[in-house]
Amino acid sequence: MSQQMDGGQALIKSLEMEGVEVIFGLPGGAILPVYDPIIDSPIRHILVRHEQGAGHMAEGYAHATGRPGVAMVTSGPAATNIVTPLADAFLDSVPIVVITGQVPTTALGTDAFQECDTTGITQPITKHNFLVTKAADIPQTIREAFHIATTGRPGPVLVDIPKDIVDPRNPASAMEWYWPDSVDLPGYHPRTTGDPAAIRAAAELILASERPVIYAGGGILKARAAGALRELAELVDIHVVTTLMARGAFPDSHPLCLGMPGMHGNYTAVTSMQKADLLIALGSRFDDRITGKLDGFAPEAKIVHVDIDPAELGKVRRPDVGIAGDCRLVIEELIVAIRELGGAAAQPDRQPWKSTISGWQETYPVTYSPAEEGELLKPQYVLEQLRDLTPDDTIVASGVGQHQMWTSQYWEFNHPYTWVNSGGLGTMGFAVPAAIGAKVGRPDRMVWAVDGDGCFQMTAQELVTAAAEKIPVKIAILNNAYLGMVRQWQEMFYEERYSEVYLSPDLPDYKMWAEAMGCVGMRVESPEEVGPAIEKANAINDKPVVIDFRTDSREKVYPMVAAGRSNDEIMVDPTLNQGGRR
Amino acid sequence: MSSTTASTSDGSSPSAGASDAGPVQHHILSVLVENRPGVLNRVAGLFARRGYNIHSLAVAPTEDPRFSRITTVVDVASSPLPQMIMQLDKLINVIEITELAPAEAVERELLLLTVSAPTDGRDQIVEQVEVFEARILDTGHDALTISLEGEPTKLDDFEELMRGFGLTAVQRTGRVALPKLTQTP
Repeated sequence: MSQQMDGGQALIKSLEMEGVEVIFGLPGGAILPVYDPIIDSPIRHILVRHEQGAGHMAEGYAHATGRPGVAMVTSGPAATNIVTPLADAFLDSVPIVVITGQVPTTALGTDAFQECDTTGITQPITKHNFLVTKAADIPQTIREAFHIATTGRPGPVLVDIPKDIVDPRNPASAMEWYWPDSVDLPGYHPRTTGDPAAIRAAAELILASERPVIYAGGGILKARAAGALRELAELVDIHVVTTLMARGAFPDSHPLCLGMPGMHGNYTAVTSMQKADLLIALGSRFDDRITGKLDGFAPEAKIVHVDIDPAELGKVRRPDVGIAGDCRLVIEELIVAIRELGGAAAQPDRQPWKSTISGWQETYPVTYSPAEEGELLKPQYVLEQLRDLTPDDTIVASGVGQHQMWTSQYWEFNHPYTWVNSGGLGTMGFAVPAAIGAKVGRPDRMVWAVDGDGCFQMTAQELVTAAAEKIPVKIAILNNAYLGMVRQWQEMFYEERYSEVYLSPDLPDYKMWAEAMGCVGMRVESPEEVGPAIEKANAINDKPVVIDFRTDSREKVYPMVAAGRSNDEIMVDPTLNQGGRR
Repeated sequence: MSSTTASTSDGSSPSAGASDAGPVQHHILSVLVENRPGVLNRVAGLFARRGYNIHSLAVAPTEDPRFSRITTVVDVASSPLPQMIMQLDKLINVIEITELAPAEAVERELLLLTVSAPTDGRDQIVEQVEVFEARILDTGHDALTISLEGEPTKLDDFEELMRGFGLTAVQRTGRVALPKLTQTP
């Protein structure tokens, strides 16, 4: 049964066919015709205040749900405003589909009003992008966009839609509705199952190793492989480090969990990788923040590397066994292969290694010095309180900087998909919109954003969106009045010459700003106020809450491996043995 | 990701880092792509942003109008080559990448050049044109435009010889190549 439609109707119907339940967006000239059929669609549209917010909300939604997030904005400046979220999603492999308006096909290339080369600009920061030039191509393109975004190594896909092919007043928009039963992508066949011989070789390396560490990355979460990872770790009784992108992929409360490695990783996670004789890299990519100086990284370790993206195998470090495939499928096959080879009983005695690890854990915990009477709050104390006073499955989002590292260090992540952050691109301002997107996707969960005062000022306007749409996210600003991480580097590496990092604790007035945006605003200055303020925020479910925690600007993130240094040169908190505590 | 048939795909993993990368060499890649707008831009952009140097590039449709073939000569050491091929393979519009080892391929390139040739001093040039089986395409009062098709090394030799007479313009297409056919049934 044929049904005549215009391209705009077909676009919205195609999104419905893809199961889209929410679009984060903001209309404008070129995308106007697509906004008309939204009125009649069951899809919820959330009107953002800035297009960057739409992109990060789509990312937050995708992080929390595993389903592709969708953002829709107009041409020109709207498209350039969403470039940052696209780059962010590209580096963190987040499945989002971004639809941008474009000037009519007849005006393309004429420097028309609000024209920019959106597909050209976004080509290096998307997994793929499309410029659709015929209304009849819209359903096929949308189907392919979602397919590409969500399969293989996930990532952002952009679809650029010229106005004439969606405008019912233009004959070029006329089309007959269809829904394609397949995609036409002859060059795209992601391989998901690992090579059996390589899997067997990996199993043999694992069973022969004396000092193995599982190096779990964000690919575990993308592949829905947290269960498989736990089964593998328990089967072979091997410790697991979880990278910044993999926090929650393996429970922090598990006795085999070593927590986060890398530049601000804990001593045991960093050092166990350094001293390992085998690293089992699962969905991780040997990022420079993990390896430190590459020449000095894990010098004695053989490498088993599993990744859905074959180009990651050997990109940074040559693997002894490289397996291209989906982490979940490969881990499941690895478990079978290990069992066939005799399972845990076939392994050497690893007691010396385990004792070494537990020795490091005892000697070098992550610590800080509690605030003295009259001092400002310690950010770590605020995070401990927040962790302890919120439900175990709370979703926590963060911006980028000191607060992000402290959150990763001090939160206890025991469930997958509870940590939403910007790892690869390091996008300040990510937290507020990402938390909103996460809450839209998981309204049943409590969602907190931990933000810095610098980050908060970059995207705070989206709290207006949250208030208007009644999305009750909670924001904890660790307000140290500085661009804290930059300050830390200036203190440590630029002889305390503080250049352009001071922000003021009072300007803006965060409490008043929150209230002006329709949120509940609070300010907390003393340790005894921290708990009650969090509990008050937890009880509010009809509007967003912002708490301005006044924290100590002198506090630095430890441990730290300085940029370009070997992980062997890790610096722990100088007060570690002077009453510091975890 | 499409099927990759690079000569280096022997199952071993590529090594990383520049220290053991080996000398920079010409490598011929034959890249089958979808025949769509912007595909060349995607390929060239990938080379540029990942720091791979393109020596030459030739693009044209194939026997199947849905596909085009890009024949490119890249300057890269042997060890980063597999990484380059795998990154290229991630482009959605790339169907297949084949590295053509010079010994296992037939290569051709076309050269056009304009050489100074006063009417009373052309004999030596014409002699060389005959030796190389080149063709004179255009005749001016003090110059000749000559075309030569053949293996790139032959073109190099001819260009070098003509340089002695004074070149005013040189244009080369970049090489195209196909794998050698097997002789046994």
